[in-house]
Amino acid sequence: MAIPPQTIPEQDPAVRRHNMNEVALGYTEEQARLEAMRCLKCKNAPCIEGCPVRIDIPGFVSAIAEGDDDRAAQILKRNSLLPAVCGRVCPQETQCQEHCTVGKALKDRDQAVAIGKLERFAADREREHNGGAIPGIQPDTGKKVAIIGTGPASITVAADVRREGHAVTMLEAFHKPGGVMIYGIPEFRLPNDIVEAEIEGLRRMGVEIKTNFVVGRTRKLKDLIEKDGYDAVFVGTGAGLPRFMNIEGENLVGVYSANEYLTRSNLMRAYERDRADTPILESKQVAVLGGGNVAMDAARSAFRLGAEEVHLIYRRTEKEMPARVEEVAHAKEEGVEFHVLQNAKRILGDEHGRVKAIECLRYELGEPDDSGRRRPVAIEGSEFTIDVDTVVVAIGNSSNPLISQTTPELKVNRWGNIEVDEDNRSSMDRVYAGGDIVLGAATVILAMGEGRRAAEAINAQLRDEG
Amino acid sequence: MNKVIAKEQLAEEVYRMRVHAPLIAEERRPGQFVIVQQDTDYGERIPLTIADADTDEGSITLIFQSVGKSTHKLAELEPGDAINNVVGPLGKPTHIENFGTAVCVGGGIGAAPLYPIAQALKEAGNHLTVIIGARNAELMILEDEMRAIADELIVCTDDGSHGRKALVTEPLKEVCERDPRPDLAVAIGPPVMMKFCAGTTRPYEVPTVVSLNTIMIDGTGMCGGCRVTVGGETRFVCVDGPEFDGHQVDFDNMIQRLGTYKPLEDDEHEQCHLEMAARDKEQSRNESS
Ligand SMILES: Cc1cc2nc3c(=O)[nH]c(=O)nc-3n(C[C@H](O)[C@H](O)[C@H](O)COP(=O)(O)OP(=O)(O)OC[C@H]3O[C@@H](n4cnc5c(N)ncnc54)[C@H](O)[C@@H]3O)c2cc1C
Ligand SMILES: Cc1cc2nc3c(=O)[nH]c(=O)nc-3n(C[C@H](O)[C@H](O)[C@H](O)COP(=O)(O)OP(=O)(O)OC[C@H]3O[C@@H](n4cnc5c(N)ncnc54)[C@H](O)[C@@H]3O)c2cc1C
Ligand code: SF4
Ligand code: SF4
Ligand code: FES
Repeated sequence: MAIPPQTIPEQDPAVRRHNMNEVALGYTEEQARLEAMRCLKCKNAPCIEGCPVRIDIPGFVSAIAEGDDDRAAQILKRNSLLPAVCGRVCPQETQCQEHCTVGKALKDRDQAVAIGKLERFAADREREHNGGAIPGIQPDTGKKVAIIGTGPASITVAADVRREGHAVTMLEAFHKPGGVMIYGIPEFRLPNDIVEAEIEGLRRMGVEIKTNFVVGRTRKLKDLIEKDGYDAVFVGTGAGLPRFMNIEGENLVGVYSANEYLTRSNLMRAYERDRADTPILESKQVAVLGGGNVAMDAARSAFRLGAEEVHLIYRRTEKEMPARVEEVAHAKEEGVEFHVLQNAKRILGDEHGRVKAIECLRYELGEPDDSGRRRPVAIEGSEFTIDVDTVVVAIGNSSNPLISQTTPELKVNRWGNIEVDEDNRSSMDRVYAGGDIVLGAATVILAMGEGRRAAEAINAQLRDEG
Repeated sequence: MNKVIAKEQLAEEVYRMRVHAPLIAEERRPGQFVIVQQDTDYGERIPLTIADADTDEGSITLIFQSVGKSTHKLAELEPGDAINNVVGPLGKPTHIENFGTAVCVGGGIGAAPLYPIAQALKEAGNHLTVIIGARNAELMILEDEMRAIADELIVCTDDGSHGRKALVTEPLKEVCERDPRPDLAVAIGPPVMMKFCAGTTRPYEVPTVVSLNTIMIDGTGMCGGCRVTVGGETRFVCVDGPEFDGHQVDFDNMIQRLGTYKPLEDDEHEQCHLEMAARDKEQSRNESS
């Protein structure tokens, strides 16, 4: 009786590690219906508890089971503006799917209903059939809102505020909108078309997008309100400040932050070596430091840029890796060599100041730390080296201080994250904030959820002011 | 889209361009730069100093040397054409005050970023000596503009085809030996030249500001590609600079990083050539004095 979990078709690892095309190809219609039928439509729907934006999961899944993809998409859109994105990049196994009754019954998280993949299916279907449909927009109110940044938090605010009839202008530092979804997450995981379609939708709703506009430099945040007359401002500038290890050799030629490596490859298209003007090293042996999604993306991009060997170095064990389980699995399939319980001690250079090797230390797990995870402790005298020509540091991002430095009125905590109340209001009148600039480096779905809340508060403020 | 309003050639491969950018013109201060990208999909983002600005016209002036792919493409634009992406003003403005006497040294294209700083120092009341140098007479730029603002202008060329036959470090040393010593030196030019200028002023303890021209992408502190070592610490040129204490900068590391995408041979050749030329000069000067 039981329908087996449907496996999503994927590009062969040996092939895909040389191309930028999406790895997972998406369910066929038949697979989607079968997978959707695995859902028990639980009355208490524990899966919803696991979803940060509380999507009506049994609702959209049963719509797919019944063959009504349009309805599925509509249900998704009630709570999430970017289902095609979240279906692809949400850490489902620790959110909705972790709570799924089916997975629990089978005592295997991996056998839960594939909620994310179904979400992607319904969203892709809708885009293909119905792409271009935009929500109804209220008549012009004469109020205007500025949104800083164009990542998922900002996109959500833009749509929700524009719908109420307010004029919306988005200000983006880069030459292309989309935030991390465009410059950070590679095409093989999240094709640019999908993000571009969302941006295009905003444009058709009448949202104005100004690229090449760095708030704090091109214009101060305060001037947006005092000089340009914006009634409200949303700050969604993300967590764009790369952390380094502060070890010897980190400024050698061939050491990149993951942000630089991925931006060169994705946004600047350096992987298209013969077309792009922006170069990236033609590395053969690459070491990537870190264990999150960013590290996986950097490691897998390295193969696609021509590397022969990729070493991923992480100081805890695989269990503690913050990356999505699927990314870890994909990275392994593609041949990334995992070095767990190891960490870089210093980077060694040749006489031209170019990376030639990385010296590492072995670690063991000690007592639990603040995060509840057992703290890795270096084993003295365990040094060894790996020959590499490139090192990518992917140990996390802090918040970029450009705006807070030029806006003393804006309260930030000691990590530089903007402090907000439960409605995402900042300490500064008319200024709201959300996404990674508030949460620290988090996720797309959380950024979106914050955007939703901020938009509600902005709409309420503008309504009250009549 | 930013329209090119005017363009003129200042020297071999050196162009001056006035570009429509009203917001940047309004906000910019001496020492700041923009990042320019021609093709939105495949173009490179290159940093260029804002050499001047006109708020009435809503324009900024860029002076650049056509050294590679992106600057060649930029040089092909004519008035009426547009640059797709111009973002700024980026970087920290120069700290300007009346220091007393200031000596400003510009090497080659470095005279362009130097000009607004020299101008601001003069306006703040400093006694201003300007030294500009180039490989030869044809490559000399902004001589008239500098003469108009400087209390004293020293011009030199490597080959003696114009002004003194000297590297800029030679007159810089003489100025440092004066009584009173200059209160501030500003040196902008090729990294090797800045390295030797900092080396020249160090024994005289003249505070020396240099403006670093590392490779950049975003220019907002997001990528760390522009990082340099200053006083043993890592700093980002695009947000912490571009100006730093020249006596603290690890120029050798910076020069190596600038060569990241150059084939090694080119890099070494050029580096050796420049360093040798500088040393030879230095030596012959010391011997003759
Ligand atoms: C490589 C990588 C992989 C990731 N993988 C996943 C994943 O698989 N799943 C997941 O859920 N999350 C993932 N994340 C995290 C996720 O992308 C972020 O949490 C999310 O994008 C945050 O959204 P945001 O709206 O806060 O800002 P961002 O997406 O960071 O966008 C901020 C935007 O603001 C712009 N900006 C910054 N400062 C200024 C300024 N002063 N003026 C104007 N514009 C400015 C930036 O250029 C940027 O475009 C990943 C992140 C990275 C870097
Ligand atoms: C803050 C800042 C301000 C600058 N201001 C000016 C300016 O006002 N006028 C001007 O002409 N240039 C300026 N530069 C340098 C300018 O950005 C480079 O010349 C340009 O990026 C070269 O691009 P390209 O594609 O034409 O050459 P490429 O093909 O990239 O390089 C050609 C040659 O130039 C060298 N080069 C590459 N990048 C740089 C760089 N950043 N600095 C120095 N040499 C480099 C390469 O090593 C190579 O030898 C500035 C740089 C910075 C960081
Ligand atoms: S948005 Fe994320 S957590 Fe919510 S249902 Fe979709 S995949 Fe699950
Ligand atoms: S918990 Fe699982 S089975 Fe139950 S409604 Fe949610 S998705 Fe369906
Ligand atoms: S250019 Fe990216 S951090 Fe400076």
